[in-house]
Parts: sequence; C-alpha cells; structure tokens
Amino acid sequence: METRGHPNRLGILGWIAGGRWGFERYLYALHRVTGLGLLAYFVLHIFVSSARVLGPESWQQAMDVVSGPLFRAGEYLVFAAFAFHALNGVRLAILELGFGVGRPIDPVYPYATSVGRQRPLALAVMVLAGIVALWGGLDFFVLQ
Amino acid sequence: MRDRTLWTWHVGAGLVILVLLGLHMAIMHLDATLGLFGTGDVEPVDWESVVSRMQDLFFTVTYVLLLGAALYHGGYGLRNILLELNPGPGLRRAIDVGLSVGGLALFAFGTWAALAAPGAATAAGG
Repeated sequence: METRGHPNRLGILGWIAGGRWGFERYLYALHRVTGLGLLAYFVLHIFVSSARVLGPESWQQAMDVVSGPLFRAGEYLVFAAFAFHALNGVRLAILELGFGVGRPIDPVYPYATSVGRQRPLALAVMVLAGIVALWGGLDFFVLQ
Repeated sequence: MRDRTLWTWHVGAGLVILVLLGLHMAIMHLDATLGLFGTGDVEPVDWESVVSRMQDLFFTVTYVLLLGAALYHGGYGLRNILLELNPGPGLRRAIDVGLSVGGLALFAFGTWAALAAPGAATAAGG
C-alpha cells in the first residue's frame, strides 16, 4: 500500500475524528470496527467449535462455557455486526464497480460530487441492515 | 503479489463469505423463525444437530471454504489497517509474515477439525 507523500498523521484517530466528514465516512469507520470484532470472534470460534472432534462431553463443556445471558448478548452483537458489515460490504463492492455514483463529468464550477448520488444507496443499505438486526433480535431474545 | 490482485481476492472472498456465512447465521441464529435443515425441536448447537451436520459432506466442504475465505478476508483487512499506520519496512515484513503464518496455521487447524469431525461423530455413536 503506497502512502509516500501522504503520511497518515491522524492514525486510528482519523477513523472518527478527522473533521466534518459525511455519513459514508462513519460507515467506513464502523465497517472497520465491526470487521475487527468479527475477526476476533472468528478466531475464538475456530477453537471453541473444534471441541466437536473430541466427542459429546467435550462439546457440551465448550457450550457450557459460552452460554449464559452475557454470551447470548455478545453473540447477538456478532450477528448485528455481521448484518452491518455484510450489507455495507455489498454497497462498497457496488460502488467499486462504478455503479450508483453517476457518470463521470467535466470538473466545471460549481463542482459536483458523487456523494449525493450514492447517499440513497447508503441509506437503503442501513435500513436493510437494521431490519436484519431486528429480525435477529426477535429470534435471539423473543422467540427462543 | 501485487496489491491489486490481493484486493480482488479480498472482494471475491467477501462475496463467498456473504453467501456461506449468511447461510451459517440463518441456520444457527435464525432457527426460531426459519427452522432450516429440519432440526425441529432440537437446538442447532445440541449434539444431535452437530452430528447431523458433521456427517453431511455439504457442511464439511462449505465449512472449509468459509474458513479459508474468512481467514483471507479478515487477515487482508487487518493488514490494510496496520499498513495504513505507516510501519517501517522491517515491521511491515513482520506483519506480512505473521498474518500469513497465523492464517495458514488457523486454516490447517480448522480444516483438520472439519475433516476429523465425521469420524469423531461415528466413534461417539452418532
């Protein structure tokens, strides 16, 4: 990754405190936070779920360790993080392929940006992520 | 390998995860509303359900695929975050080697667990 001539002066602080950024910038920060959380959970999940190889007693012991209301709430956070990260990732892939940002135009004053054009997609994706998270909440806490 | 190639694999792995992890989440966590794969009154984490999935080739194959895609996607994402902090050449090399070795070790361990699970289920009387 080439950063020569453009030092990252703010570091991680720049994810949230770089200035008057728009909605998409905060989605970018949340995408990274949820990604790191999902990765940490996934590594633990590999070890916990491998207890199945040792038989039913080991499996039950592993499940007993990760049961209880605190783990249930944590598991729901992982589900909600997945819903956000997956749907926001789809949005990023759509934008990267050049869809939803409008046609390229000449840089003539007053300059137009593509932010306004991609905002509806960001809002739609967040509404969808919210619906999936609510659905998960219903399944996790109400119908169990 | 060029970053553009690694990035393309990162996006491709994301699409694989979207499908396979979406399926995994639906089976494991939306069971009350969807009830996928006929686990009936049994919880998805109960041993009977675990055995039925362990002995199904579809689940073994998709677990290994998901494992590889998720480790690559997560490892490359973490690498991007770390490299944005402008580490020196030595530290950058250590990040690349550490993430590659750690990712491969986790992939080997997870794959062993997925492949050994059907035999373990049979041995346990599943």
